[in-house]
Amino acid sequence: MHSPNLSRRVFLKASGGVLAGTLAFASGPIALLAPSRSWALSLESLSSRQGEMLLAITRQIFPHPDLEDAVYAMVVKSLDRKAADASLHALLKEGVGALDASAGGDWLALDDAARLEHLAPMAGGAFFETVRGDAVVSLYDNPLAYVHFGYGGAEGDGGYLSKGFNDLTWLPEPPKPQGGYLPYESAG
Amino acid sequence: MAMTDNQQTFAHDDDNVVVVIGSGAGGGTLANELAQQGIDVVVLEAGALHTTADFLADEWASFAQLAWLDTRTTSGSFRLARDFPNLPAWIVKSVGGTTVHWAGASLRFQAHEFAALTNYGEVEGANLLDWPLGYDDLAPYYARAEQRMGVTRTNGNKGLPGNNNFKVMHAGAQKMGYSCDTGHMAINSEPRDGRAACQQRGFCFQGCKMGAKWSTLYTELPEGIATGHLELRPESHVARIEHDDSGRVTAVVYYDVDGNQQRQRARLVAVAGNSIETPRLLLNSASSRFPAGLANGSGQVGRNYMRHMTGSVYATFDEPVHMYKGTTMAGIIADEARHDPSRGFVGGYEMETLALGLPFMAAFLDPGGWGPRFTGALDQYDHMAGMWLVGEDLPQEGNRITLNPEVTDRYGLPVANVHYDDHPNDVAMREHGYRQGAELYRSVGAKDIYEVPPYPSTHNLGTCRMSERPEDGVCNAYGRAHEIPNLFISDGSQFTTSAAENPTLTIVSLAIRQAEHIGQLMLRGEV
Repeated sequence: MHSPNLSRRVFLKASGGVLAGTLAFASGPIALLAPSRSWALSLESLSSRQGEMLLAITRQIFPHPDLEDAVYAMVVKSLDRKAADASLHALLKEGVGALDASAGGDWLALDDAARLEHLAPMAGGAFFETVRGDAVVSLYDNPLAYVHFGYGGAEGDGGYLSKGFNDLTWLPEPPKPQGGYLPYESAG
Repeated sequence: MAMTDNQQTFAHDDDNVVVVIGSGAGGGTLANELAQQGIDVVVLEAGALHTTADFLADEWASFAQLAWLDTRTTSGSFRLARDFPNLPAWIVKSVGGTTVHWAGASLRFQAHEFAALTNYGEVEGANLLDWPLGYDDLAPYYARAEQRMGVTRTNGNKGLPGNNNFKVMHAGAQKMGYSCDTGHMAINSEPRDGRAACQQRGFCFQGCKMGAKWSTLYTELPEGIATGHLELRPESHVARIEHDDSGRVTAVVYYDVDGNQQRQRARLVAVAGNSIETPRLLLNSASSRFPAGLANGSGQVGRNYMRHMTGSVYATFDEPVHMYKGTTMAGIIADEARHDPSRGFVGGYEMETLALGLPFMAAFLDPGGWGPRFTGALDQYDHMAGMWLVGEDLPQEGNRITLNPEVTDRYGLPVANVHYDDHPNDVAMREHGYRQGAELYRSVGAKDIYEVPPYPSTHNLGTCRMSERPEDGVCNAYGRAHEIPNLFISDGSQFTTSAAENPTLTIVSLAIRQAEHIGQLMLRGEV
């Protein structure tokens, strides 16, 4: 027989699902970065259904119509990692189950507006706050999000001094400060 | 090679050393100034030694590396108690303290701000008091601090170039009739003092990798070590300060890098742990002789906690801005910093550009927020400009740091509870600032305006305040405890009132003045 620990690990592994999709915007900035149009994420703790639900829930909480599912999947990935903890796993499972139950069995079958109607009353509760609290970090703290929203991230590490720190041209140019402007200009 | 590798070391039973607790703006400056006078100093710093090469261009990863994350608790009506109940302050646990994280704004206080009670009069609910020193007393030390820190637009240092966020503020300022420039910043606009010029990275809060921004990490501390009179001990968490039967402090008990308890004897102790840890340490050092905590005969230790009136205004435009490119605090407007009660509040506030990266914008835009209004702001992130409002916060007796007996740290010591209620004056000033900021951005075509609540506080002030009379405060005009002649307060805890300006330049100036005073007291054999 396996030891109980090993059995549990095997069980969890077996219970892990897969989340997959295709980029919606073939010529968007993320597609230019991505090696292929389809993407997949294997889950350690959550089932495929739970993964799909959490992705769709996050889309309701932080709705960005033009943001790829591949970026929302970052939230599922983060929650899946945290769900290695049994109590968090239970919280997510119950929350997803409650949403399905509220929708009469299949929340994902509802249209956008109806999904929100069933989700909104859960705001402030432990399940909703767990997903929101994770997503407000994991959705926006990754290079795909940086590209989508137009943030330079680690590109700034070398400095923007010669890379457009003052390239705004749609407002009047401020007067040149006394003693020159840039570090290599001489005073006067 | 780490700066501590070949430093002079002192024995734990050497009772001739001055022990400085904390290595930030106050502690780091004081320690170097003492060492320059040939006085032996041991600096105990709770944080680890990170060098400029370790700094990360990644907001959350850097936060995990540098921020003071030891548990604190909160109470009171301020919104942070709800949104970030265990993170009332955004300060640094690392060698160099919060000078690693600060944005560099180096503004002198205005003369009238040193006499807030006299100039503002009694304000209901506030515990206003005049400082026991005036602007003229501090002016020569401001000049020395500006020279040492390389503040722009002083000592012939030219101003920094303005980035895109500055251009938006500047154009709006013209419409409003405000003056606006790139300010007095302790950031090199040209190579100076062996340090590089600002390269406009936009990661001022994450530690300046170029070393262009002044920080005690790579200025005061190595200079002090080079004298052979300063020993820096990182990862040394101070637990309590001990005293003898005469009521003079004699030693500092701390936990070293391995978690072992150590006792460093001391001739004099200077506390500079920032305005939450400094009173916590004095309170945790209570003894049978000082049952309410060290230097607390007045009951004022921990009281009058000030965090500045703050708030931010972000605005979106049809055209792109990319505010994250370049110096975080790139422009300053001081027109509202005056005292003009006709606006409905006493004291004033500064308007300073501020930019957050995408991860922190999501975290701080509207903590707890969700839905289309929230995401609509982030959808316009690259078309957004922003400013921070920072103004005078009135001292209140009930706003205070206390020990929380229910929650202890890893050494079993009670953690600090931070209690804060907004004063109506702060609320009125914030509303005024929101209005002026919004009007400024609308004057140059803003589409949406976002009024952002205060971030976890980087300016923490006033919890061991200076006072003329011992019953009104904790220390005198030199930061010397009223009750204990060889105990000094050396950080922003000393501030009698907060003034409108960013506090670092004043903390450094007070530390230079205090070091001179301690040197004189030692020469006279008084400590």
